[in-house]
Amino acid sequence: MSTTVAPPPKRPNVNRIGLEVANYKGGKTTLCAGCGHNAISQRIIECFYEMGVAPWSVAKFSGIGCSSKSPAYFLNQAHGFNGVHGRAPALSTGAVLANHHMIGIVTSGDGDTASIGLGNFMHMLRRNVPMIYIIENNGVYGLTKGQFSATADLGSTLKSGAPNDLPPIDCCLMAIEMGASLVARSFSGDKDQVGKVLKAAIAHRGLSLLDIISPCTTFNDHEGSTKSYAYMKEHDLPLHELDFVPFFEDIQVEIPEGALREVELHDGSKLRLKKLDRDYDPTDKFGAMGAIHESNAKGEVLTGIIYVEAAKKTFADMLNLGDEPLATLPESRTRPPREALEQIMEELR
Amino acid sequence: MSTIEISPSPADEGIAQQQVVNDFSIQVATVNGSGSQTANLVLMRSIFQMGIPVSGKNLFPSNIQGLPTWFTIRASKHGYTARKKEIDFLVAMNTETANEDVMNLESGAAVVYDEPLKLNQLRSDLHFYPVPFDKLVAPVCPQPKLRKLVRNMIYDGVVGRLLGIDLEEIRKALFKQFGARKVKAAELNWGAVLAGAEFTDKNLRKSDPCRVERMNATAGKIIIDGNAASALGAVFAGVTVVTWYPITPSSSLVETMIDYLRRLRIDKETGKPTYAVVQAEDELAAVGMVIGAGWAGARAMTATAGPGISLMSEFVGLGYYVETPAVIVDVQRVGPSTGLPTRTQQGDMLATAVLSHGDTRHPMLIPCNPKECFSMASEAFELAEQFQTPVFIMSDLDLGMNNWMSDPFDYPTEPICRGKVLSAEDLDRLGGFARYKDVDGDGVGYRTLPGTRHPAAAYFARGSGHNERAQYSERPDDYVNNMDRLARKFETMRRFVPKPETEINERASIGVICYGTSREATLESRDQLRNEYGVETSYQRLRSYPFTPEMTEFLERHARVYVIEQNRDAQMLQLMRMELSPELIGKLRSVRYYGGLPIDARTITDEIVLQEGL
Ligand SMILES: Cc1ncc(C[n+]2csc(CCOP(=O)(O)OP(=O)(O)O)c2C)c(N)n1
Ligand code: SF4
Ligand SMILES: [Mg+2]
Repeated sequence: MSTTVAPPPKRPNVNRIGLEVANYKGGKTTLCAGCGHNAISQRIIECFYEMGVAPWSVAKFSGIGCSSKSPAYFLNQAHGFNGVHGRAPALSTGAVLANHHMIGIVTSGDGDTASIGLGNFMHMLRRNVPMIYIIENNGVYGLTKGQFSATADLGSTLKSGAPNDLPPIDCCLMAIEMGASLVARSFSGDKDQVGKVLKAAIAHRGLSLLDIISPCTTFNDHEGSTKSYAYMKEHDLPLHELDFVPFFEDIQVEIPEGALREVELHDGSKLRLKKLDRDYDPTDKFGAMGAIHESNAKGEVLTGIIYVEAAKKTFADMLNLGDEPLATLPESRTRPPREALEQIMEELR
Repeated sequence: MSTIEISPSPADEGIAQQQVVNDFSIQVATVNGSGSQTANLVLMRSIFQMGIPVSGKNLFPSNIQGLPTWFTIRASKHGYTARKKEIDFLVAMNTETANEDVMNLESGAAVVYDEPLKLNQLRSDLHFYPVPFDKLVAPVCPQPKLRKLVRNMIYDGVVGRLLGIDLEEIRKALFKQFGARKVKAAELNWGAVLAGAEFTDKNLRKSDPCRVERMNATAGKIIIDGNAASALGAVFAGVTVVTWYPITPSSSLVETMIDYLRRLRIDKETGKPTYAVVQAEDELAAVGMVIGAGWAGARAMTATAGPGISLMSEFVGLGYYVETPAVIVDVQRVGPSTGLPTRTQQGDMLATAVLSHGDTRHPMLIPCNPKECFSMASEAFELAEQFQTPVFIMSDLDLGMNNWMSDPFDYPTEPICRGKVLSAEDLDRLGGFARYKDVDGDGVGYRTLPGTRHPAAAYFARGSGHNERAQYSERPDDYVNNMDRLARKFETMRRFVPKPETEINERASIGVICYGTSREATLESRDQLRNEYGVETSYQRLRSYPFTPEMTEFLERHARVYVIEQNRDAQMLQLMRMELSPELIGKLRSVRYYGGLPIDARTITDEIVLQEGL
C-alpha cells in the first residue's frame, strides 16, 4: 500500500509572537515617490515585526508635516495620534504618563521639531520620556512646499537657488546636551543602519532620539542641497559597524580583544559596535558632542549610535509611577475614602 | 506711652449711639510682603468663629513686595458676602496710601492708624484711633528682624477690642492659622495681639458705631478659597494626570492640589502615587499633555488663566475634533494681555465658549462658591469622559484666591464613570468598531484606549478630516456628517450639564440672570431693589454652557431680564444672543462691571434703577 504524504501547508513566516509582517503594515502611503520618509516607515514595519513587539502595545504620534503623516503608513494595529504642528512631544508625554507600558513612537519633521516645536522638544529630552522620537530630517518644510527648515546647512540652497544664511540646529547635539539617553543619526538610504538603530531604540528604555536624514525628492534633492541622496552618499561617515543582537537570540560570539564595544540595553539586547577608523565610545557624553562638532565643521555627517546611557532614569522613574497604568486604576485607588474628606472639612472649620 | 488724642467726632452729636451690629466692612491697607495676610485672616476667622457671616477679599498688586494691598473683611448678619462698596472701618498701615484711603471714606467711618501718620488732621467727620505701632511692637518682639511681621498682629488686638471681638476667639484663630508646627511663632504673635488690646483698653475711647455680637450663623461651616476647593474636588474626582504652567490666579490651585495628592493619593499597598503632576514648559505643552493623557485613558486636567487659555487655543480645537476628554480650569483674571493680573473678571467667557479656529463649541461649568468648585470638578470629569471633549471650569480670581465661608463639601455620591470605552472583550463580541459612528443617537461614539490587547482596537486620531471609521477623508459629506454629529453631541449635553439656580418671584415682571461670583452681589442687590425701591425680581444663576431650557423659560416669563456680568462686552449675553429668538433677545438688558474688583450690590442696583427709570 502506498501512501502519499501531502506536502505540509505552506506556513506564512511569523515572528516570535506568532504574527505575520502583514500585522505590522500601515495604510498606503500618499507621500511622493522616493521620499525618504517612506523608507523609514518600511524600516519601522520590519523592526517591530522582527523584534516581536505586539502592535497593540505601540502608540504612534506625530505633529504636522509630510513626516508627520507617516504614522498612518505603518502599524495599522497600533493606536495613532496625528496632533498639531510641533506638539507631538506634549501629546506623547501625556499619553506615556497615562500608560507607561505602551511603546510610544513619534515621527516628526525637522520643521516640526526644530522650529515651531523646539521648546517642547527640548523639555521632552530633558525629561527623558521613555519613547522613540524620530526626526525625518530633510532640511525643508515639505508639506508647505519647500521652504528652509532650521536644520538646513549654512550655504545650502533651495531648489530656486536661494541660499540659506543661517546656521543649522543640530538636533543630536541638543538631545545629548538636554538629556536624551539614546541618540543616533542615520540616513534613510542606509537600510541596514536605520534598522539596527531602530531596534536599539525599541530595546532601550528612555528617550531614543533618532535624527534620520530623509531626502525630500520633490523640494530638496538637488545640487545645492546637503540633505540630498547624492550628498549623503558622499558625506555619510559611519562611526562604527553596527550589530544588534536581540535579547531573544543571544548568540555567543568570540569577541576579539579591543575590536568591539558592547552595550547592553534595557531588555537584554546587545549593541555591538565594531571599530572603523577610530575607537568611538558612545557612552562618553563630551566625546560624543565633540565628535559631532568636529564632523559638522568638516561637512561630514556622522551616523550610528552617537550616545547611549542605558540605565538613565526615565520620566516614569522620576515620577515614581507604579506598575499599573494611571489610565486604568480603579476608583478604589483614585478616590480617597469619605473619612478623608470629613477629616479635611473638620480642619477647615 | 504717648498720650492719646480722641478726635472730635460725630459721636459727640450722638450718632454713635445708633449701634451698627454685625453689618460693616473693615478694610486693612498695608503693603504686600509685610506679613499682613496672616493678621487679616486671623481677624476674619475670629469673626467667623463668633458665628457671624463673614467674607474676606484681598486686593493685591502684581508684585512680590512693597506695593499697596487692601484686605476687606465684611461682617453681615444678613449673610451678604459680596464686596461692600463703602468702608466702615479702616486700618491704615500703609504710609503711601493712607491719605487717599482716608479721603475716600464716607462720613462717620472709623480709622485705626499708625500714630505718626497724623491722619486725624485730614478730616473731622471720622472716628480716629491712633496707635503707636512701633512703640508697642518693640517690647513684645525682641528680635528687630521679626518686628515688621509681628507689628501687624497689633491691629488685630486693637480692632478686636474696638469691635468687641472675643479675644479668646482671636487666640484660637491665630493658633489655627499658624498650625501645630509653628506654635512658637503663634505665641510671639499672640503677645502682639495682647499688646494691642491692652493699649486700646487703656488709651482709646470707643466712639464709632460698629461692633460685633455673637450669632449662630456659621456653625458647621468651613473657610476655604476656591482654588483649594477645586484642588480637593479634583483629588476626589480621581484625577490621575495634572499638568500646569504657573500663572496667577491659578497657581495655588495646583500647588494646593500637590499637597492634597501627596497626603491622600499614595497607594497604601504599593507606596506609589496614583497620579502624575507635571510642571510643563508652557501652556501649549500643559494642555497637549492633558489631551494625550486623556486620549490614553487618564483623568487629566490643567489649570490656567486667560493668557494660558489663549495659548491652548489650537490644541483645544484638536481635542474637540479628535474627541478626547480633558478638564481645563480657567481662573479668570483681568485681560487682555497681562491686563490687571491680580484683579478679577469674568472676561474669558466668550472666547472660551468657542475657543480655537473652525467651528468649535466647548462646555463650561461656572462655579459660584467653593462648594461648587469642589462638586464641579467631579462633574467636569464626568462630562469630559461621557462626551469625550474638553470641558472648562470657569472660576475667577475672586473665587479662586479669596477665602470664602462655605458649607462643608459633600462626598461624591455617584461612582466614577469613564464613558463609552470598549474593552478587548467588547471588541471580541462586536468584531470591531467605528470610532466616530453615532451608534446611540446622542452624538457620542465609542472609543478604545491605546494598549488594548486586540487587533481591532486601534484607530487613528487626527485633526484632519475623517470619516466615521476615523479614516482620512476630504469628502464634503464626511466632513459635514462629522460636524453635524459634533453639534448633536453638544445638543445632548444640554440635558447633562448643571442646571441653573432659579428663584421665580410670582410678583416680579423683571428678572436678573447672573453667573459665577456675581451671585452674592446679585442677591444683595435684589434685596436693595425690594427694600429701597419696592421692585420685585426673579432670579436665575447660570451654572453651565451650553444653556439649558430653564433659561429660555425664565426669559419667557419676564418682561425684561438683566444679565449681570463682570466684563465690558456683555460676553454671556452675546452667547445667549447666538441661540435665542429675536423676541427673547429683545428682553435682554445688560449690567456690567469691569473695574477689576469683585462686583458689589450697589453697582448692580444703581444700574438697574437707571435702566428701569425708577
Ligand atoms: C500652527 C501651524 N503653523 C503652520 C502650519 C503649516 N505647516 C504645515 S507642515 C509645516 C512644516 C513641515 O515641515 P517638516 O516638519 O520639516 O515636515 P516635512 O513636511 O518636511 O516632512 C508647516 C509650516 C501648521 N500646520 N500649523
Ligand atoms: S514633498 Fe518632500 S517630504 Fe513631502 S512627501 Fe514629497 S518628497 Fe516627501
Ligand atoms: Mg522637513
